[in-house]
Amino acid sequence: MSGLYLPKEYLAILLFIVLGVGFGVVTLWIGQFFRMKRPYFEKLVAYESGNPPTDEPRMRFSVKFYLIAILFIVFDVEAIYLYSWALVYDKLGMFALVEMFIFIALLLVGYFYGWKKGALQWEK
Amino acid sequence: MDPIIVYAITIVVEFIKILVIATVLMLAAAMGMPLTERKLVGRFTLRYGPNRVGPFGLLQPIADTFKMFFKEELVPGHVDWWVYVMAPGITLVPILLVFAVIPIAREAVAIPFTERMLGLPLMLTPWIADINVGVLYMAAIGSLATYGIILGGWSSNNKYSLLGGLRTSAQMISYELPLGTALLSVVLITGTMQIRDIVEWQGKFGGLAWLIFLQPVAFLIFFISSLAEAGRSPFDLPETENELIGGFVTEYGGMKFALFFGAEYLHVILLSTITTALFLGGWNFPILGQFAILQPFIFIAKVVAMIFMVIWVRTAVPRLRFDKLMAFSWKFMLPLGLLNLMVTALVAAILFF
Repeated sequence: MSGLYLPKEYLAILLFIVLGVGFGVVTLWIGQFFRMKRPYFEKLVAYESGNPPTDEPRMRFSVKFYLIAILFIVFDVEAIYLYSWALVYDKLGMFALVEMFIFIALLLVGYFYGWKKGALQWEK
Repeated sequence: MDPIIVYAITIVVEFIKILVIATVLMLAAAMGMPLTERKLVGRFTLRYGPNRVGPFGLLQPIADTFKMFFKEELVPGHVDWWVYVMAPGITLVPILLVFAVIPIAREAVAIPFTERMLGLPLMLTPWIADINVGVLYMAAIGSLATYGIILGGWSSNNKYSLLGGLRTSAQMISYELPLGTALLSVVLITGTMQIRDIVEWQGKFGGLAWLIFLQPVAFLIFFISSLAEAGRSPFDLPETENELIGGFVTEYGGMKFALFFGAEYLHVILLSTITTALFLGGWNFPILGQFAILQPFIFIAKVVAMIFMVIWVRTAVPRLRFDKLMAFSWKFMLPLGLLNLMVTALVAAILFF
């Protein structure tokens, strides 16, 4: 397209974003004029089923969460390649099919290695 | 008339349309969904559900909203103020934004009388943005909602909240992968990412080429993963009232709590809408889909049916244990999704080449 061009579709999304954010801000902000505010110490303390809180709340957590995150990144990057592949699949022909099968097979090797190593095992 | 004025008028009309859509969605999520769910769950478990406020309990959501609105807004002393306050908004806004790319009818309609006034008819489109990367937009923006829950859990500075937030993050990123493979199968078959084209593609064979018939496995994977993404039962591990006291919402109350819950209900509507558009043929239906005036109603009827389905699943299936939940995603859904994708590619190769 030539000449002055305003991407109308994305403009609409921008309007929608402004409106959505505005909605969130207004709902959270406007209520303070109506409701009471009577805080005292017991209300402000961290809730731990009625007991006084012990220790730091930002405790150490299991390394498994990190493992899941790393595995996720591997497969998510794979998904990026697959999207562009799937989109033009019928134009690329047999070459794309073989190519992508090799790609997925390579990934699956890593996947089963991780499985055997126990990266997918939550409980020992 | 001056083209700039015409352009300004179109923007104003667009803005009013977006305002109406957003309001309807928020009202449906904040008022319609809780009542529907409580009524239905009540009936499923042989109770009446809410029936005190107004006729058949129809005014119950209004009473709830007033209660939430006037409730004391407590910001505990130990939280990370900015993150804590912003988290409900971060959860809600992305889910709202995904609705922008979903078309509910085929053709744009001209607003009456505008042709005489402006020279050109002003078109009202049954979608907000018909972008050519719709599926990608959906996957990208939709997964942003996870951040709100994680940030909410982390900033609350509470052990229950932190555990809930961590669980949520692990669960959501795990179920995003099968979701991606299901979307990939759809893109591969239709060869486009524009959601309007995908729905249009399903109008073949007299309006019955719905992808649920061609891709039943992808549909199941998509539905189950979406339930997990929305944090719905049987995957409501983020909340788990009986072990984590509500997980990431432990320290939230009043309007912020309401926003979190509005976001969850909006997510249910969203997953029903996406499923309708991608798998249930959108506005396509034998014979009835021909009439432009009926198309939005067909679409909405399918969405309502999907919402009913989601609530039904909630009452029928018990909650999973966390390690089983993770194993189900990584050891079953992901390989199944990849297998489905490869089989689809093979069959498509036999048919196309």
